[in-house]
Amino acid sequence: MSPYILKFVAVAMAATSVPVGLSIKAASWHRPPHAVAVTTTLLSGSITYPIPGEFLKDGHPQANPRLKRQLDQPLEIMTYQVSAEDYADCVAEGSCQPAQETHTIPVSAPVTGVSYLDANAYARWYSQATGDQWRLPSDEEWAFAAAERFAGEFEGVENDARNPARRWLTSYKAEVDLNRKPDPLPKSRGSFGVNSLGLADFSGNVWEWTSTCYVRTTLAANGGSVASSVDNCGVHVLEGLHRAYMSNFVSDGRSGGCAVGTPPDNLGFRLVRASPGWANKVLAHLGVI
Amino acid sequence: MLTRREALFGAAIGAAAVATLPAFSATVTKAEIRGLARERIKLVAPPFVHAHDQIAKGGPKIFEFTMTVEEKPMVIDADGTQLNAMTYNGSIPGPLMVVHQDDYVELTLVNPDTNSLAHNIDFHAATGALGGGGLTLINPGEQVTLRFKATRTGTFVYHCAPGGAMIPWHVVSGMNGAIMVLPRDGLRNDKGKPVKYDKIFYIGESDFYIPRDEKGNYKTYESAGDGYDDIVKVMRGLIPTHVVFNGKVGSLTGDNAMKAKVGETVLIVHSQANRDTRPHLIGGHGDYVWEQGKFANPPAKDLETWFIRGGSAGSALYTFLQPGVYAYVNHNLIEAVELGATAHFMVEGEWNDDLMTQVEAPKPIATN
Repeated sequence: MSPYILKFVAVAMAATSVPVGLSIKAASWHRPPHAVAVTTTLLSGSITYPIPGEFLKDGHPQANPRLKRQLDQPLEIMTYQVSAEDYADCVAEGSCQPAQETHTIPVSAPVTGVSYLDANAYARWYSQATGDQWRLPSDEEWAFAAAERFAGEFEGVENDARNPARRWLTSYKAEVDLNRKPDPLPKSRGSFGVNSLGLADFSGNVWEWTSTCYVRTTLAANGGSVASSVDNCGVHVLEGLHRAYMSNFVSDGRSGGCAVGTPPDNLGFRLVRASPGWANKVLAHLGVI
Repeated sequence: MLTRREALFGAAIGAAAVATLPAFSATVTKAEIRGLARERIKLVAPPFVHAHDQIAKGGPKIFEFTMTVEEKPMVIDADGTQLNAMTYNGSIPGPLMVVHQDDYVELTLVNPDTNSLAHNIDFHAATGALGGGGLTLINPGEQVTLRFKATRTGTFVYHCAPGGAMIPWHVVSGMNGAIMVLPRDGLRNDKGKPVKYDKIFYIGESDFYIPRDEKGNYKTYESAGDGYDDIVKVMRGLIPTHVVFNGKVGSLTGDNAMKAKVGETVLIVHSQANRDTRPHLIGGHGDYVWEQGKFANPPAKDLETWFIRGGSAGSALYTFLQPGVYAYVNHNLIEAVELGATAHFMVEGEWNDDLMTQVEAPKPIATN
C-alpha cells in the first residue's frame, strides 16, 4: 500500500469517526505561529503550608507537617491553565499524545484528560516553540500562586495509634461532609474567576499537575527530624480543590487511588517559565530584585 | 456455641476441636502472640504448593511468608503476545499459601525500587482494613509486614487493591493468588469423615485484556503505564482477549501437564480473582467439591462441573480411577479452546475395563 493511500484512509476515518473534538485540531493547523501564553509574575515571598506526601511516626500516620517555605525568585506562571486549543497544536505537530477527554468541550476550555507525562511533553514542546524554558510548577510554587485558593490536605482527620480505623472513618466523613457533587464538564477558561494575585481558575473543576514527587517520610521519634524517606516519582502531586496523588500515566481523575476525597473531576496543568525571562529583566531594571 | 460445621458434623468432633484450642477462642493478647512458635515458609510457584501438614501439629503458630512484587513483561500465548505483568513473586497467579485455622499469617510484602508502581494486598481470608489493603500500600523501594489471624477455613483469593481504577487493572495484570486455611484436623467429606490428598495443584485462572492495533494485532508497550489507557478501554468491554490458567496459554499442558497415578487423590485448588468460571475435568469428576471454597460447609458430591465465582477460590478432591490424558477446562468451551483455559493431567496406571470398555471398534455401519 502506498503512503498516499495510507494517508487518505487515515483522513477518511478521521472525518467519519471523530466528533467535535477534531475541529479544534483542524483549526489549529492553520493558526499562526504559537502565541505566547499570558503569564503573571509573582514577587518572591514565603508560604507556610502542609507539605505533601505521607508521614509516619512509630509506624502510624501523622498529619502533614506545616512548614514555612521561602521562594527566593520571582515566579512567572501562566495566568490560565494550558488550553485545549494550545495543547492541540502540540498534538498536531506530533510532540504530544492526544488528550483523553471524552466530553465535547468549549474551544476555550483548559486541556483536560492529560497525564503528568503529557504535561511534560507539552512543556518540552512549548519550550522549543517559544525559545524559553517552561516547566510544571513545584507543589509549593503552586500553593504560593494559588494563595487563598490553596486547599491542601483534608483537615480534621484523626490519627489514633491504637485504632487505625478512626483515620479511615474520619477522612471518609470529611469527604462526605464536603458534599461536593462531581462536575466533570470542563468550562471556558476564566469560568472559576481570579484569585487575589490575579491568577485564574485555581481549584475549579480542573486539578493541576505539579513537578513534586509523592514521598513517604518516617519522622524520628522526637517528631522534629526525618528518620527516613522514600520518594515515589512514579506518582506526582496534583493540586486543586484538595490535594491528590496520582500515577504519572493517569489522565482520568476518577482513577483516584492515592487521593483522599472526591476524585478529581479533570486533570490539567499550567506552566511556569523556568529561566529568568523578560519579566525578571524588567524587575531587575526597576531595582525590585 | 457450636459452629455450623460442628453442628453438621456432630458434637463429638466439635468438642475435640475446641478442646485443643482453649486459649485461642477469644482475642489473644500481644504477649501471647509473642509467645507463639514461628515457622518460616518458602513459597513455590504454581501449580505446585509448598510442603505443609494436612492435620496441624500442635497449637497455632505464626507462619512467616515473604512475597516480592515483580513488574515485568510476560508472554501469555504461543504467538508471543506480551502482557506488562504485575506479579506476586514473579508468577501468575501468585503462590498458594497454606496455614491452618487459628494460625497467624505474617506476610512481608516487598516492592523493589526497580518497580514503577505502588502495590498492596487484600486477603479475602483476613478481617479488617480492606483485607489488609489499607495497611499494606507500599511504593517502589518500600516493604511492609502484615499479620492477620486465619479465623475461617477454606480457600480464599488475595489480590492487589491499590485504590480506584488501579484495582481491576492490577488484578487483570496478574496480581492475584490464593491462600488455603485448612481445618486443624484436616479436611472432611460430606459425612464428616476425614479425607486427605496425595497431591495438591493450584490453578489460578486469569482474564487478560490486551489492546489491538488498527490491523488487529496485539499491541506491546514499553511499560505497564504506557498501556494503561488502551487496556482500560478493552477492560470496560468486559470481553477478555485471553482466559488462561497460570498466566499463559498452555502453561499446564505438554511438558508442564500435571501428573498423577491411578488411585491417587488430588486436590485441585482453583481461583479466579475477577470473573466467573466453571471448571470441569473431562472424563473425570469432582468427588468432593467445595465450590464456594469454604471448608465449614460440607462438600458437594460427584459434580460434573463446578462454579467458581469471580473473586473466590474453590477446590475439588478427586481420586483418579482410569489412566490417560485428562483435560481440565473452563467449560465455557470457547474460553477453554479459543482463549486458552485448558490444562492437562497425565495419569499413569492400569485401565479399568469395568468402568469403560470399547465393546466393538469402529467399523462400517452394519446393513442387516
